[in-house]
Amino acid sequence: MTEPLIKEYGSPGRKGYSLPELDVPEENPGEKLPAGTVRKEAAELPEVSEVDVVRHFTSLSNMNYGVDSGIYPLGSCTMKYNPKINEDVARIPNLAHIHPHQKEKYVQGSLEILYELKQYLAEISGMDEVSLQPASGAHGEYVGLMIIRKYFEKQGEERTKVIVPDSAHGTNPASATMAGFDVVEIESNERGMVDLDSLRAAVDDDVAALMLTNPNTLGIFERDICEIQQIIHDAGGLLYYDGANMNAVMGYARPGDMEFDVIHYNLHKTFSTPHGGGGPGSGPVAVKERLAPYLPAPVLQKEGSQYYWDYDRPDTMGKVHAFHGNYGVMLRAYAYIRTAGGEGLREITENAVLNANYMKHKLKDTYELPFASDSLHEFVLSGSRQKKDGITTANIAKRLLDYEQYAPTIYFPLIVKEAIMVEPTETENLRSLDRFIETMKIISREIEEEPELVENAPHNTVVRKLDEAQAARNPDLRW
Amino acid sequence: MKYISNTPAEQKQMLQEIGVEEISDLFQAIPDNIKFDRSFNLPEALSELELRELVKEKAAKNLDLSNFDSYLGAGSYDHYIPAIIDHLILRSEFYTAYTPYQAELSQGTLQAMYEYQSMICELTGMGISNASLLDGASALGEAVIMARRHTRNSRVLLPKTLHPAYANVARTYGEPHGLDFVDLPLEGGQLKLKSLENELDEETAAVVVQYPNFFGSLEEMKKIAELLEDYSKALLIVAANPIALGLLTPPGDFGADIVVGEGQPLGNTVNYGGPNLGYMAIKDDRRLLRQLPGRLVGKTEDVEGETGYVMTMQTREQHIRREKATSNICTNQALNALMASIYMATMGKEGLQEVANQCYQKTRYLIARLTELEDVEVVNQDNHFNEFWLKVDRPGTSLEEIEQKMCERDILAGVNLAELTDQEGLLVCVTEKKTRQDLDNYVKSLEVVLND
Repeated sequence: MTEPLIKEYGSPGRKGYSLPELDVPEENPGEKLPAGTVRKEAAELPEVSEVDVVRHFTSLSNMNYGVDSGIYPLGSCTMKYNPKINEDVARIPNLAHIHPHQKEKYVQGSLEILYELKQYLAEISGMDEVSLQPASGAHGEYVGLMIIRKYFEKQGEERTKVIVPDSAHGTNPASATMAGFDVVEIESNERGMVDLDSLRAAVDDDVAALMLTNPNTLGIFERDICEIQQIIHDAGGLLYYDGANMNAVMGYARPGDMEFDVIHYNLHKTFSTPHGGGGPGSGPVAVKERLAPYLPAPVLQKEGSQYYWDYDRPDTMGKVHAFHGNYGVMLRAYAYIRTAGGEGLREITENAVLNANYMKHKLKDTYELPFASDSLHEFVLSGSRQKKDGITTANIAKRLLDYEQYAPTIYFPLIVKEAIMVEPTETENLRSLDRFIETMKIISREIEEEPELVENAPHNTVVRKLDEAQAARNPDLRW
Repeated sequence: MKYISNTPAEQKQMLQEIGVEEISDLFQAIPDNIKFDRSFNLPEALSELELRELVKEKAAKNLDLSNFDSYLGAGSYDHYIPAIIDHLILRSEFYTAYTPYQAELSQGTLQAMYEYQSMICELTGMGISNASLLDGASALGEAVIMARRHTRNSRVLLPKTLHPAYANVARTYGEPHGLDFVDLPLEGGQLKLKSLENELDEETAAVVVQYPNFFGSLEEMKKIAELLEDYSKALLIVAANPIALGLLTPPGDFGADIVVGEGQPLGNTVNYGGPNLGYMAIKDDRRLLRQLPGRLVGKTEDVEGETGYVMTMQTREQHIRREKATSNICTNQALNALMASIYMATMGKEGLQEVANQCYQKTRYLIARLTELEDVEVVNQDNHFNEFWLKVDRPGTSLEEIEQKMCERDILAGVNLAELTDQEGLLVCVTEKKTRQDLDNYVKSLEVVLND
């Protein structure tokens, strides 16, 4: 059951659009424009009707699965329900239909929302100043590290290294490279936490920062955070908090109180904005006072009752977006925080942690739990017990799809063999949790009884198992 | 509303199963000395109705584009957006999904991305497109550091005719990698070719050309490409407006190595500048492909020989290659790329040409009428797509006053160049949405304002 490419719906001369008749005199563009700049042949775009387009993309949507379809337990991605009212808010015409070059006086309502959002993000994280400019989590990491870079430059210190635990998100070391640092990886200990001795051994005068997510990617809270921050700060380094896992601690702990200096948020994770099939996200960065001068320009400020963009930032790390970041995503996050309220955010975290712990408890006898330490909003199992039967975690994930449930994050974090990283989020209810748990148990039984069923999964999806090796060997990247 | 569906009774049942008394017991790993021991200083929770009212109230403090006849562009363009786009992207299977890690249950997103990549290639005349980057400016940032890796050279030539925000972002991205940016001056709204000729050398990693440029003019693309021919290493990076490519020769035909740009004009709203999408296309070159940032979707087959789509060549990416990845990008702008896809499909071969032609013709008309006015000059009156550089030299009347008075007549006359560059004048943008009546009204209003 495959869907043709959109161009295959085409027929020469078929149209799917209408525009008003041109009502000004028409000239030949080739007469005035520099030689050779007028296109000789039209771009071969599809020639299709509106109905063709609607049917094609409706058909494609039917071959997809979202949070609205069912549980989406991708670890570290926080695939919670995306409230519909937030979509409506982001589409209010006088909020949406504004131009980035309109003068501030015409967009005070939007700036007020953004300013309040900044304040909420500062309060939730325990930080002092916020930039909303980064358009994704990784973008936020990059900005945060560039702020650190700029800070040391201003201090006249040359610090070249960033320490990253081996359990970190891949974006952490990649962002450090983008920001011009050398990456030093440190090993986790047997409890799945930062090993203090390894950390001490890695720390020297060249270290600019440690990047950490807390809880870490195993869902385990780094209990030694006070010692960790002491070690880094004593060596003159700074502490970077990857906010991907904020859904685990809201109302219980704040990165600022843990003495982190810089944090990025993922509004699309913690604050429920839809993931869009891979984006848009939004990755605001929050910093302590002493790092505020280095934030990307411009910074949103308020004077009296007026909001304005402050471009006069001589020490800024620069700019990472043509305009002010993913504004539409910020409106949705604002709506979410306002409907949740402060107490609500705490309850959200509590239920995210409750759901994850319930699932972990129910699954730990069937699947190996490599790290027994207390975990918060997510947990990591291993498919290694099942592997002895020749079945891999990838097979288990594919088999889940047959039961019309999305698979957890797999093969991450890298420190767990055959990793299965589960993050149910607070918006799943007991029934959907139980269904997932039951399915995971059924699959484990199937591995014992009918391994080929799992090995050859998926069976019930629109396509069966796809050949990724062939795709990489002979890249076919366009029609 | 917190969108939690478990009842207190269910929560209790779950706690019992886990074997703890209270939810707070699950947080014991957090040391007491850092535990947050007060309530958030945040506003009280609102019901859906209260939220709606609150946001409406704030929104009323804006004057959105429907209050004006707007001629603002400079990187964000108000084109007509067919109704079907928003209807289709609101299919929740699209917008509530994430990165298609499980290909077999994400074929919709994957095939749409493959089609997006294909149509971007058609439009730009390039061989390979990725599945989107964060925005046009950051796409340029990625392109310059990609040129650095590919050529191992460090000099990047940035014309003063490049969008200033793009230049700023490129510099930010390039600085940690030791890139040495060289400004190329402008001359009459175009980059000064002579300076390009002088600055090009064997150490050059890339020349960046915006097409059309920030002031709305077309650069001498052919001559630029010819100059580059003498330097085997230097890459030609073109930052192109995709709508303009409905009318203009695709950068691929001029031998561009990397084409980037802002995809927003393709069916995405202006939305205060975001979310937009950056696009990036490269020529069909295996070596360059290995340096490409961002996700790629490829066509393949399933075990039964059926066609399907997967994310591919992921060994370039951060989740595999970590600190050696070609970029740190993970989340991109997939939904915006979907909007661009639906737009390109809906407008199609003919529609995109018609949009581009209408933009050109209406701009031409406005320029012709404006230049009949006294003390009014258009720097690039014969060399433009849908933006132009308007200069008004009326003694005793400042540009700010003109802007303000046009505003009072409900016209946003253009972007004041002094706010973004060291040049004077207005950057005026015309799209296919303008009618002759709008354009006549602009001219008449300016005439009245000048004679006020």
